[in-house]
Amino acid sequence: MTNDILVFVEQRDDRVHPAGLQCLTPARELAGKTGGQVVACLIGEGIDQATAALEQAGPDRILIVRDPALKDYSALRYRTALAAAVEHCDPKVLLLPASFMGRDLAPRVAMRTGAALATDVIELTLTDDGALDVVRPLYNGKATCHVTFPADRLAIASVRPNTFAAPTGGSAAQKEEIPYAPAPGDDRITVKEVAKTGGDIKDVTEADIIVSGGRALKSEENFKIIYDLARVLDAAVGASRAACDAGYQPHSRQVGLTGKTVTPKLYIACGISGAIQHLAGMRGSKTIVAINTDPEAPMFKVADYGIVDDLFKVVPALTEEVRKLEL
Amino acid sequence: MKILVVVKQVPDSTTNIKIRPDGEDIERDGVKMVLDPFDEFAIEQAVQLKEKRSDVESVTVLIVGPQKAAEALRTTLAVGADDAIHLLDEAFDTLDELQTAALIAAVVRDGGYDLVLRGKQEIDLDSGQLGPALAEALDWPHVGAVTRLEVAADGKSLAASRRIEGAEERVEVALPALITCEKGLCEMRYPSLPNLMKAKKKPVKTLAAADVPGFAEVIGRVGGARMHRFAPPPERPPGKILEGETAETVKELVRLLREEAKAI
Ligand SMILES: Cc1cc2nc3c(=O)[nH]c(=O)nc-3n(C[C@H](O)[C@H](O)[C@H](O)COP(=O)(O)OP(=O)(O)OC[C@H]3O[C@@H](n4cnc5c(N)ncnc54)[C@H](O)[C@@H]3O)c2cc1C
Repeated sequence: MTNDILVFVEQRDDRVHPAGLQCLTPARELAGKTGGQVVACLIGEGIDQATAALEQAGPDRILIVRDPALKDYSALRYRTALAAAVEHCDPKVLLLPASFMGRDLAPRVAMRTGAALATDVIELTLTDDGALDVVRPLYNGKATCHVTFPADRLAIASVRPNTFAAPTGGSAAQKEEIPYAPAPGDDRITVKEVAKTGGDIKDVTEADIIVSGGRALKSEENFKIIYDLARVLDAAVGASRAACDAGYQPHSRQVGLTGKTVTPKLYIACGISGAIQHLAGMRGSKTIVAINTDPEAPMFKVADYGIVDDLFKVVPALTEEVRKLEL
Repeated sequence: MKILVVVKQVPDSTTNIKIRPDGEDIERDGVKMVLDPFDEFAIEQAVQLKEKRSDVESVTVLIVGPQKAAEALRTTLAVGADDAIHLLDEAFDTLDELQTAALIAAVVRDGGYDLVLRGKQEIDLDSGQLGPALAEALDWPHVGAVTRLEVAADGKSLAASRRIEGAEERVEVALPALITCEKGLCEMRYPSLPNLMKAKKKPVKTLAAADVPGFAEVIGRVGGARMHRFAPPPERPPGKILEGETAETVKELVRLLREEAKAI
């Protein structure tokens, strides 16, 4: 085992996932303690732009696994490719973003390489005897715990998006190509179609800002004011389960325990009471704004800023006010 | 076709989570335990496949957990599973998720299953490691967070849809395969009282560590991450409630978001 820290930097369509670049920040800190290098791994087809974007974030080395068969994500092909990168670099720690892909891939690679694994971590350190120690939320954000890894095997952790800022100002890194050698049966998953959803509005899992609406919106048409605010903020639109169940928004926009878990820089909750199952999906947000007519709504307990007022007055006024900023 | 559903019993989502004084775990006494809501989708999907297709031989449910976990098994049997496997041993309590996946793989590898279903993630550990790790231990393909599932007429493959960041992905997978189930796939039917009574008579096989050949070796190959120092989530400082006319509060909010929170 070397002292290197390997980071899987996710890309789709030659665009790196910001959460992948963010992993390079804790990786650099850990490498400072182990005395190893920060090695980034890119998997895909083409991926020249992704490589250039990755160099900006300043890894010491980049391992590239490039093959037409790796154009779309496949749990089988990508686990084979990433396990090959692990074998090539023999790192002490492997970090991935806790994105869909990272969370899907990490357990397979851990099982394949005989590693230990923690998911969705928010703090990373090394103990005195050189073992990785991380902190992660669990019980839908109602608790945290430390996870300490055995020192003698590869430690894998997926890192919660938006916990760290991506490093900038990097220059050229040393690049190495690793061939993709398919494992038997890697072709058992075929991607038939990747259809974009949501039109010009971002998905809640990839936005820095989310404007979210609840039952109080009362109809799909009324969500227009939420979309208007989202557009001026370049934000995604989210919704409570009550709003999705009532058909005001598709379930793909549901935030919460049985929806998506999000950790944006800013979450604006409009007419959402703040039920424990909704908080489960968004309490990790950096800044939370609550807009609600009921001063007793639980959402105000987690909010950094609250306005006790009618959302049908506040939201359009907010849209106007933000528009004046010319972001 | 034989279907296996791997489920977990977890604290109810509305439970107040308290930390044990020694910080080594949460307080488990008096906590209401339920079938994981994501596993509800998995059992319902399995039962629907059995109802729709003549080639589904059996739906078996598997759980790893203490004696109490038998209650979750009973729910799944009442919903329509045929039989169950309960992995019950104190030695299983300290396994991490990868080791649990390795254990389950060792137990079911030669069971002749064609399809394994599981919830997308567990609402207690919030990790979703077990499904993909189990698929890897079996060297099967898996599709995570599936919202639509169709098994081909010949029972040799399946088509699944899943939502990823900003897109919907449609994939085809050869069987045997593992699927983790997301909200939207289906809703579990209500386990009626007569069916809960009938469920008591369905066979449940209990297995301990001694029944798993090479147990120590199986779990020694992977994992070993130790969870400890449990704590309540970091407190959020009390928020500011903005008061006044809408025009003023909105102006003040934008100023605070800009200058104080630096969020826009
Ligand atoms: C197993 C399980 C899983 C669940 N998973 C989820 C999940 O993933 N996501 C989720 O969101 N929920 C989930 N729920 C449901 C959750 O318990 C709540 O029922 C839901 O979040 C309520 O949505 P809401 O806040 O929009 O509606 P309500 O609770 O009805 O709240 C509406 C709020 O709007 C306010 N309001 C009304 N009119 C106005 C106005 N004009 N201006 C401003 N405010 C106004 C009201 O004061 C109220 O606070 C789950 C429940 C269970 C049991």
